[in-house]
Amino acid sequence: MKQGNIPPQRARVQSSPLDLQGMLQHFQPYDGQSDEYPTGAIVSFSGLVRDFNERPEVTALTLEHYPGMTEKVLHQLLLEAQTRWQLQDALVVHRVGRMLPGDIIVFVAVASSHRKDAFAACEYIMDMLKTRAPFWKKEETDNDSYWVDARESDAEAAAAWLKAHDGHRQ
Amino acid sequence: MIKVLFFARLREELGIDGLQWPWQAGMTLAELLSQLQGQGEPWASCLAQPNLLTAVNQAIVDSQELLADGDEVAFFPPVTGG
Repeated sequence: MKQGNIPPQRARVQSSPLDLQGMLQHFQPYDGQSDEYPTGAIVSFSGLVRDFNERPEVTALTLEHYPGMTEKVLHQLLLEAQTRWQLQDALVVHRVGRMLPGDIIVFVAVASSHRKDAFAACEYIMDMLKTRAPFWKKEETDNDSYWVDARESDAEAAAAWLKAHDGHRQ
Repeated sequence: MIKVLFFARLREELGIDGLQWPWQAGMTLAELLSQLQGQGEPWASCLAQPNLLTAVNQAIVDSQELLADGDEVAFFPPVTGG
């Protein structure tokens, strides 16, 4: 895969379950036709629904989002990562709607020549997604449901990237 | 007209996911907010939450943003995805 701007189709929102094997299988840097092989590292991240969070026994989770803005922000994060690190490709898929503990909420994959760039870019995309992408979680327990509060630690993680000058976290 | 949208906890507190609001020349986001709050409760207190985020045409902006006729304005709580 040649270096170029990551297309908008690489940032997706869907209500159907995320297929981890399928996403990993399709995130391949080479199509068998390449005569260049710049990718040396693929890092991926999967975020799952836990059965504990703000309260100990979470039975389900519903994710609301802002259709249109969500996709724009997610794509913007991929482009930002590409300006900070040398990436051949990047993908982010986020699930919305109701899901159960163990389900995958979000998947990020990054292809780079070097592993450090791939790890850093993947972490950057997740840290920024947490504070900038318009998603909201509502958790359910057996007898209650409530909106999850934003975490100060997430805001700090995002701010640390903006302070870092060399593209790596300080 | 301005298309106004509300999300998540704010949408539930207001009991509405969006509305159309008359646009006036020179209107800023802060003025729109104050007009919406002027409808009484629950608008006044719900829209006074200090950590509320605002987007104009799907980009986060601050309250001095000048609005144009036909803009899409969204109000929402801090985000919690991922």
